[in-house]
Amino acid sequence: MHSDLAISTQGLTKYFGSKAVVRHLDLNVPRGSVTGLLGLNGAGKTTTLRMLMGMLEPTRGASQILGTDSQHLRPEDRARIGYTVEGHFLYGWMSVRQCECFQRDTFPRWNSSMFAETVRRFGIDPSDKTRVLSRGQRAGVSLALTLATEPELLILDDPALGLDPVSRRALNETLLDFCDGGTRTILLSTHLLDDVERVADRIALMFAGRLLVDTTLDDFRNRIAAWVIDLPPATRAIESIPGLINSRPRSGRTIVTVADPDQETEAAIARISRSTPESVPVSFEDAVIAYLSRSRDGQSFLVARGA
Amino acid sequence: MQIQISPGGSQTIYRQIVDQIRRAVAADKVAIGDSVPSVRQLAKDLVVNPNTVAKAYAELVRDGVLESQLGRGYFVARRKNIYTKAERLRRLDDVLDSVVSEALALDFASEEVVQRLVERMEALSPRER
Repeated sequence: MHSDLAISTQGLTKYFGSKAVVRHLDLNVPRGSVTGLLGLNGAGKTTTLRMLMGMLEPTRGASQILGTDSQHLRPEDRARIGYTVEGHFLYGWMSVRQCECFQRDTFPRWNSSMFAETVRRFGIDPSDKTRVLSRGQRAGVSLALTLATEPELLILDDPALGLDPVSRRALNETLLDFCDGGTRTILLSTHLLDDVERVADRIALMFAGRLLVDTTLDDFRNRIAAWVIDLPPATRAIESIPGLINSRPRSGRTIVTVADPDQETEAAIARISRSTPESVPVSFEDAVIAYLSRSRDGQSFLVARGA
Repeated sequence: MQIQISPGGSQTIYRQIVDQIRRAVAADKVAIGDSVPSVRQLAKDLVVNPNTVAKAYAELVRDGVLESQLGRGYFVARRKNIYTKAERLRRLDDVLDSVVSEALALDFASEEVVQRLVERMEALSPRER
């Protein structure tokens, strides 16, 4: 176990009955990073987070969180981790202030100015009952309740689900504020790629239970390229391109997205295409969607180099 | 100097910050010796990860656009040509290519293009060239 990793998993696997939901996950989250966990619904993100938190037993493999095995977390270990589940559950009959008192009593540390500041950012009146709050404000309360415990590691399961643009901005600001100083770690699952591009410095991308990408945001973008080509009809030649992530039609032509292209890749693409391949820019969203819309299980795994 | 970034484009946020500061310096919107926002402040203003800003500043320092003074922050550096002539030409030709194709598509004569280019350069650089 490396002490510079906040989270590490080795071959983490979960079956529900005969269905593999998480398959042989080797995920590393360095301390001080903000990691966006991406994947379609059902890719295994929530199951992974639940195993990390020791709330679900893996079928095989293991994980450590802040240096402790997930299955043997003591209350004092859990107090160092902030975990919010999808949906931001709160007791509707409590006021925001009562929520704070309720939570404060069960944690060793409580940062009331952090709570007040987060609640203020989301435009919440602390005397309001939580049942009258908007979805974005409930997310704000739930985040404030977690951040005030001053966790070293924050694990957020889709915190931005259904948030309006103002709440999303408040969420992003709060997360960046929280990790100001570089010693705290965040792992958050989300579908909002623009927000990931802003706040994250690493991404982990899951597809059908497998981890396909685990690297820095810059590395991810630098190592993916795309070309527009003209394919002869009914060919399977495209599958011979080394590092192919995805190919899809675009206005009668084909756009191929590849990881780690080298001369061999470019030669293969030029060989297949009936015209000169045209290199096209790839946005972060393009790159993620290329991975998420793969039609087959390929090999182009992308993990941090030299890590 | 106002920096604005937008995620979702083909340019990374880090590249957008580098380009905008470069452009502001080139257009004399900031003067030599002016301070620029700290990494933390700019990250806060733009709502982006501080590492992104730090990386952009590191490149600007390496390229001689900014200089960092220990404990005081980042400042606009005295302008020096840190690129070779060949590299400067390559960078110029890069942008000229798109100007030329646009000008041809819009049916402009080369004299008109040159004239407007001269006017713009003179407007931006009050000093003798």
